[in-house]
Amino acid sequence: MAQVNLRNVVKRFGPLQVVHGVDLDINDNEFVVLVGPSGCGKSTTLRMIAGLEAISEGEIAIGDRVVNDLPPRHRNISMVFQNYALYPHMSVRENLGFSLEIAKKPKAEIDKAVDEAAEILSLTDYMDRKPGALSGGQRQRVAMGRAIVRHPDVFLFDEPLSNLDAKLRTQMRTEIKKLHQKVNSTIVYVTHDQVEAMTLADRIVIMRDGYIEQVGTPLEVFEAPANTFVATFIGSPPMNLLTGRVAADMISLEGGLKVAVPDQYRANVSEGQDVVLGFRADNLMPVGHAMPMEGAFAELEMTVNLSEPLGTETLLFTSIADKEIQAKMLNPRPVASGEKLSFQLDLTRCHLFDAETQNSLRSN
Amino acid sequence: MDENLQHRLRARTVKYLQLFALFIAMAIICIPGLWVVLNSFRPTVEIMAKPPVWIPQNLSLDHYRAMFGGVGEGGVPVMRYFTNSLIISVTSTIIAILVGMAGGYAFARYRFRGKAAIFIGLMLTRAVPGVSLSLPLFIVMAKTGLIDTHIGLILVYVALNVPFTIWLIDGFFRQIPAELAEAAEIDGCTRWQAFWKVEFPVARAGVASAGIFAFLTSWNEYALASQLTRSTFSKTMPVGLRDFTSEFTINWGGMCALAVLMIIPALILTFLVQKHLIAGLTFGGVKG
Repeated sequence: MAQVNLRNVVKRFGPLQVVHGVDLDINDNEFVVLVGPSGCGKSTTLRMIAGLEAISEGEIAIGDRVVNDLPPRHRNISMVFQNYALYPHMSVRENLGFSLEIAKKPKAEIDKAVDEAAEILSLTDYMDRKPGALSGGQRQRVAMGRAIVRHPDVFLFDEPLSNLDAKLRTQMRTEIKKLHQKVNSTIVYVTHDQVEAMTLADRIVIMRDGYIEQVGTPLEVFEAPANTFVATFIGSPPMNLLTGRVAADMISLEGGLKVAVPDQYRANVSEGQDVVLGFRADNLMPVGHAMPMEGAFAELEMTVNLSEPLGTETLLFTSIADKEIQAKMLNPRPVASGEKLSFQLDLTRCHLFDAETQNSLRSN
Repeated sequence: MDENLQHRLRARTVKYLQLFALFIAMAIICIPGLWVVLNSFRPTVEIMAKPPVWIPQNLSLDHYRAMFGGVGEGGVPVMRYFTNSLIISVTSTIIAILVGMAGGYAFARYRFRGKAAIFIGLMLTRAVPGVSLSLPLFIVMAKTGLIDTHIGLILVYVALNVPFTIWLIDGFFRQIPAELAEAAEIDGCTRWQAFWKVEFPVARAGVASAGIFAFLTSWNEYALASQLTRSTFSKTMPVGLRDFTSEFTINWGGMCALAVLMIIPALILTFLVQKHLIAGLTFGGVKG
């Protein structure tokens, strides 16, 4: 059993506070991804769990032990670093067995554990090579192998895929997910890539400027973002946002546009309130190239500035009041720049945020 | 005319000019050394001949025989000097490396108050010409009774070498990502184990080259050693060279033979680690 609990964890570097009282409960065997832009405190949080950074305030517990002042070696954790941090003077076999050797385990046991890990990660052919003679993907695997040989309570991953090329990244992503199913361990994973977060996580923790913005399953944070930051950070392309004001069950948006207040928000807005309307590209589609819309929708005419064909769909770039708006076209046909199209906006899938707090107006 | 041809000709001319300049520079550097080696093998008559004899007429090992046999003018105790040099250089190098490793590692890895100031202070000590210290050093050593002892000279060389050793080793440790030691700590090492099992082996080549720098400095140093040593008990080889001068004559051949004996270990060491020496100097330079 290895749940991880963070209670009001604060980190200060001198006078600079980078993590502001983070509370987080990670369940046993859960795959939690910390995601956010660079400088949001996600790596620092991870390093505090690892024991590589001292915590300034608060409490961190792994399993049912408070580990605040324990050195990394007493926390029974493994960590995979962004630059892999393989020991360059040791062979793959020595790298994998290092932690067990330090723990003075008998040779036979070390060999067995190392071979097992090598088997899982298909490293058996490279055991006598030095890290310098391995490709990026192989190094990545050795780093993961080094993490799994010791059967730790918690795996920590610090942006492990960001040094790989796009194709390998997708491949390793799948491997990490498979690995989690195989070793059945608690994983805390840090990334700035929201796609990695969505595909890997049981639960996503979105951080910004040292605060947690939202915690939820990938679908929760995608479908019910707590604020405009989460709305634009999660999902690709980012959610379109337009400011407006509520007047008589209608929202007058910038650029003179008017749409009805979506039903699901009607109870939570007041007359004259400044709001932000958010919608994803998937919910703004040209007539005739859209998914059938079941509920209320608005129709608007816009000029296409640019189109990006992706094969099964085409991304259309238009603008409202000089703001770039992205739309999606299904069953695409070639679209010329400057072409005028009429679009359907699915109001049932729109999001409404308070303009002042930027928080969602959804009722919880 | 053909533009390409023009450029090709120009490139070729520049290349030959460069080679010529290189030849001149290398000649200036190498000819004295070559002259020393040659002189150690030929009779004094030929050494002193005017005009100089460039192509040696007869070579012999007479000077070496005389040097090791302890005969001839002065009867120079070469092996004694060699032993002194070895003891002093090796001991001072080991100490300088231990101190330099501790210091260099601290500068590379830790944040502490006054770090920049201490580092600059250390580097400034290198701006002081060693000879200017000879009188104060002499007085201190005389008062403490360390004149003409191995320990006295070892202390001086440690002080001379430590700043440079720290600077070099700091550069080598800076090149090793901090994550290596962190990974080792997570793998179960203490801070101390992480250093000895991971960081030190990775930086070993760098530390070795810093050691060789320190060794060569001590091995070749003359000015201070000539002040602080008195007898065969502590004289090092560079100081021993002076034994070949007497009131009216200078035994050039003998002197050159001893010089060759001095050069050999230095040359061997330099060849062994020349790759690391260059690496050490270059990133030391970039880092600033």
